[in-house]
Amino acid sequence: MKFDEEFLKRKAAELRLDIVEMITRAGSGHPGGSLSALDLLAVLYYCIMNIKPEKPVWKDRDRFVLSKGHAAPAIYSILSDMGFFSKKELPGLRRIGSILQGHPDMRKVPGIDISTGSLGQGLSVAVGMALAGKLDAKDYKVYALLGDGELQEGQVWEAAMAAAHYKLDNLAIAVDNNGLQIDGKIEEVMNPYPIEDKFLSFGWKIKSIDGHDFAEIFDAWEWAGSSKDGKPSAIIAKTVKGKGVYFMENVVEFHGKAPTPEEGKDALAKIKEALGKIKP
Amino acid sequence: MSELKATRDAYGEALVEAGKNNENIVVVDADLSASTKTAKFRKHFPDRFFNVGVAEQNLIDIAAGLSTCGKIVFASSFALFATGRPWEQIRNTVAYSNLNVKIVASHGGISVGADGSSHQSLEDIAIMRVVPNMKVVVPCDANESYQAVLSAVAVPGPFYIRLGREKVPVITGSGNEFRVGKANVLKDGSDVTIIACGIMVDSAMKAADILAKDGLKAAVIDMHTIKPIDTEIIMKYAEKTGCVVTAEEHNVIGGLGGAVCEFLSENHPLPVYRVGTRDCFGQSGEPVSLLQKYGMTPQDICEGAKKVIKMKR
Repeated sequence: MKFDEEFLKRKAAELRLDIVEMITRAGSGHPGGSLSALDLLAVLYYCIMNIKPEKPVWKDRDRFVLSKGHAAPAIYSILSDMGFFSKKELPGLRRIGSILQGHPDMRKVPGIDISTGSLGQGLSVAVGMALAGKLDAKDYKVYALLGDGELQEGQVWEAAMAAAHYKLDNLAIAVDNNGLQIDGKIEEVMNPYPIEDKFLSFGWKIKSIDGHDFAEIFDAWEWAGSSKDGKPSAIIAKTVKGKGVYFMENVVEFHGKAPTPEEGKDALAKIKEALGKIKP
Repeated sequence: MSELKATRDAYGEALVEAGKNNENIVVVDADLSASTKTAKFRKHFPDRFFNVGVAEQNLIDIAAGLSTCGKIVFASSFALFATGRPWEQIRNTVAYSNLNVKIVASHGGISVGADGSSHQSLEDIAIMRVVPNMKVVVPCDANESYQAVLSAVAVPGPFYIRLGREKVPVITGSGNEFRVGKANVLKDGSDVTIIACGIMVDSAMKAADILAKDGLKAAVIDMHTIKPIDTEIIMKYAEKTGCVVTAEEHNVIGGLGGAVCEFLSENHPLPVYRVGTRDCFGQSGEPVSLLQKYGMTPQDICEGAKKVIKMKR
């Protein structure tokens, strides 16, 4: 799909409604990181990736790895909206018997390319997928989304080294740099900055963007996805934790806490109000 | 005198054979390809071999990623580093999603020898066995190792195959049939059953010969698959002999001995003696001296056998 800012603005607001509704109903989950990552994911899924909702395991599809698996509600809202599975599943989030586990399960959810949840592993998996693509001379791309706190995991850098070593220009990632992790500000818990320099020194190419500016996000994913220079690409996206819900924005407690039913109602009303102001 | 050959050498040969027949087979190693013998595969199929360097967590998850794209992936390192360092990667990414990743590790057990405790894996069977979806195989010789690797290609899903460093006697014939989960009875007997895996199968056969001199008839079972364990054969011989000795080059906690005891205590309680290391670390030394020091010789199996025979009601 071509870039359409109005469409994306509207879509992102609708998806935020799903996310807040899902987590409020579940009574637990990770709203902060789901909302900070959403705009990056929406542009990737609606504008960039070559996928077929009716054929979720199509061999030539682009792959996606949600390395920060706790942003599951964001990916669930997108996959159900695109028709990978029914929207009727959304209220089941985190309930026994549901396909929508607290963290994504590839064996349960159509459209999930790898099960995640334990931080630090996704980039390695994406490297494996990209190696397979090169080996089979396929044109598909492998995309991954990492958290910024997740960069504290040593395995991320094992994978970063391998991606550059094997010249995986079919691999592109975004780092959801919302600046907060469970215990506080990332630079206070364990400083991963400067993130750009780290990836550069590992042999990647990088682009720093505003992770809520749709035009910038689109340009960045397109830049990363069309790479042919033997280098993997990293987009460092400045984002706001809890983006779109005024009382969650930059509030660390909403990393892993659901809104109360009243808070949920309030959040939904405010998002709907904002949605009303966007051109249909 | 039977031929001496390391189970890891047979792995290298089996990989090449499997690679010729199936172009979806790829191999990932963590800087130990000369020792794990995956270098043989690399020589034949350089494009399908990936070295990840000294990075075992990356090893397992790259293998996982490759497998989601239709590859049958063999991932190799030493037993301790292939299972211990990346245990959670194996648990959460490979096993949880039942991915087609075969972890084949060399240098299992105390017979690693001179490198000492840091390289002697005595817990790997336990920590792999406890993971759902994982199949665990410990071949007793090069023949069995070769067949186990080819079987792992044919059976989808995750495997852990534990191999050794040392050259060991080839005790199974070429007619020996290997089937995952189906133990081989190497010797029939009526007084005691010895259930062994890996290099301890040869010691179990030697123990049976020693016991025979005292007029005791020991059955010897080669339990190459620890998971899923062959409960049918355990039950048959438990009923027939009334007591059991297990023998493995591993901690007596959680490995083959643990698996046998779990089944028997729930289904047919009887005296069991477990031969293996007694919840301790090893040290540097000659493999033979270490097996003696830590109680894993044919003589130790015999003593265990006499103990459990006495305990029979």
